[in-house]
Amino acid sequence: MVIEQEKMRSLASRLGQEEVRGRSPWTDARKRFVRNRAAMTGFVILVLVALFAIFGNGLAVWSNEDLDFEVMGQVATLGQPSLANGHYFGTDDLGRDLFARTVQATQVSLTVGVVGAAIAVIVGTLYGATAGYVGGRTDQLMMRIVDILMSIPYMFVLILLLVMFGRSITMLFLGIGLISWLDMSRIVRGQTLSLKNREFIEAARAIGVPSWRIILRHIVPNLLGVVAVYATLLVPLMILTESFISFLGLGVQEPLTSWGALISEGAGTMNYGTLWQLAFPLFFFCITLFGFFFVGDGLRDALDPRDR
Amino acid sequence: MFAYVLRRMAVAIPTLLLLIVLSFVLMHLAPGGPFTQERELPAQVLANLNAKYGLDQPLWRQIWNYLYGIVAHFDFGPSFVYPDRTVNQLIAEGFPVTLTYGALSFLFAVVVGVALGVVAAIRQNSFLDYLAVGISIGAQVLPNFVMAPILVLVFTLWCGLLPGGGWSFSDPRFWVMPVIALGTSYMASIARITRSSMLEVLGSNHIRTARAKGMPEHRVVIRHALKPALLPVISYLGPVFVSMITGSVVIDIYFSTGGIGKAFVDSALNRDYAVMMGVTILIGALTILFNLVVDILYAWIDPRIRY
Repeated sequence: MVIEQEKMRSLASRLGQEEVRGRSPWTDARKRFVRNRAAMTGFVILVLVALFAIFGNGLAVWSNEDLDFEVMGQVATLGQPSLANGHYFGTDDLGRDLFARTVQATQVSLTVGVVGAAIAVIVGTLYGATAGYVGGRTDQLMMRIVDILMSIPYMFVLILLLVMFGRSITMLFLGIGLISWLDMSRIVRGQTLSLKNREFIEAARAIGVPSWRIILRHIVPNLLGVVAVYATLLVPLMILTESFISFLGLGVQEPLTSWGALISEGAGTMNYGTLWQLAFPLFFFCITLFGFFFVGDGLRDALDPRDR
Repeated sequence: MFAYVLRRMAVAIPTLLLLIVLSFVLMHLAPGGPFTQERELPAQVLANLNAKYGLDQPLWRQIWNYLYGIVAHFDFGPSFVYPDRTVNQLIAEGFPVTLTYGALSFLFAVVVGVALGVVAAIRQNSFLDYLAVGISIGAQVLPNFVMAPILVLVFTLWCGLLPGGGWSFSDPRFWVMPVIALGTSYMASIARITRSSMLEVLGSNHIRTARAKGMPEHRVVIRHALKPALLPVISYLGPVFVSMITGSVVIDIYFSTGGIGKAFVDSALNRDYAVMMGVTILIGALTILFNLVVDILYAWIDPRIRY
């Protein structure tokens, strides 16, 4: 009897806590997200890929720069994936370990994707929120600039930049960052327009909070949902852009490598029967894009349950 | 409508000018000129070269000459690397090829994508629907530069059916892989967009009315559902066009089709600024023109939109 009462008391207190904590829209969204099987699969894939990028080097027997002279020159016959000599994914046509190279490519591509998306989020959010909040002629001008920039064939301009100012990873970040925020700023502006006439903004204005502070403290936090969804969908686009550039040989330069560069290499050498050089980078590339798309879709559904 | 077109042109022309001036200034900011070589040229030779290509004049003068050449004679100037070729010639060689497979891919993406989307929406939750959705999700992660090697692997190396590269205007076997490689991912996106907007339209009131008055189903779909369902697809066509032109760079490199993308990448690797700028400007102009056409098409299909 005593035990029963103990149990009941703990249950009651837990329920009480539950009641006090309440359910915020974010908790709801998290529940919906966790229940969405495709989104969770995507999330697990992304976690695994990230772990691969972080800890992959610890598993690798070879470093990404060492040439294996045993297989060099006979890559088609000796360089295939094998556990015996430590080349889990085989070697590339110079005899470098493809496992270590893939780890490195994953690090580079993920970094480019995340940093590119981060630039887009920061610049695009601030720009869009400012344009939307200030409104009037400033808004007109700022959005017209975005219109103009959008009608420029950005991939060509990016290549132009890379050729003229040297093919460095900084330039790549800069170039991708320059173009990626445009869509974001439009979305954010639209959202800001609907936020700015709400009471809490009015209240903030009434007590004399300066505009920049209203934008940073009251508008931006309320944009978080849209921004989060869009950022998740932006990362794969950035990865695609970088891979595209690297496929053309204009992206990251040796000894650095990325998925696009590895896919390009693999595509170039597949005539010689070294299919693993294409297959492994392609596999990681595809599952990561899948993961981001699924998580992005899942986030959207979770944050916007009306649309289901 | 006419006023709207005029207003759009009024924005388009400054945009294009901005693009030209911007790329021109970039070109001058870049370290190393077009004649920078490993072995340094004698000063006199360099001066003569600069004088020949007008690079010794002040910047505003160069921009003016360049603009004047384009506007007055549609002349993009000489190539910096190939002394006997003009940018116009290089573009004229590649452009018909790009246009051919580009237009075919565009048709492929739109026709197959819309058909797939419509069928999936009409037979929702059937095998066909799952197939269409499956294809469109799968193709999302297969951009042109991934599609191209896979196609070559399957159709050239394994089956030996199609030539692995090259181009011929008379032999359609050369066209197949570029068209599929370029068009697939957009086909998939168009199928997705068509499916979801078609589902939305099919559930709306005017469709119920059309069905209630006994209209045959095929007429309901074609006459009443398809037109409003196509609106989101049309607004997606602008971005598709741009990405396809960009993608043509990969197609030209991978399949050696010799289109305009090859001229661009070659010039990028050779630092042939004149050709790079010519291609960029041409593509910018095409993009702006195409977006205008799409907007007009949009207004034409949807009479609710008034400019």
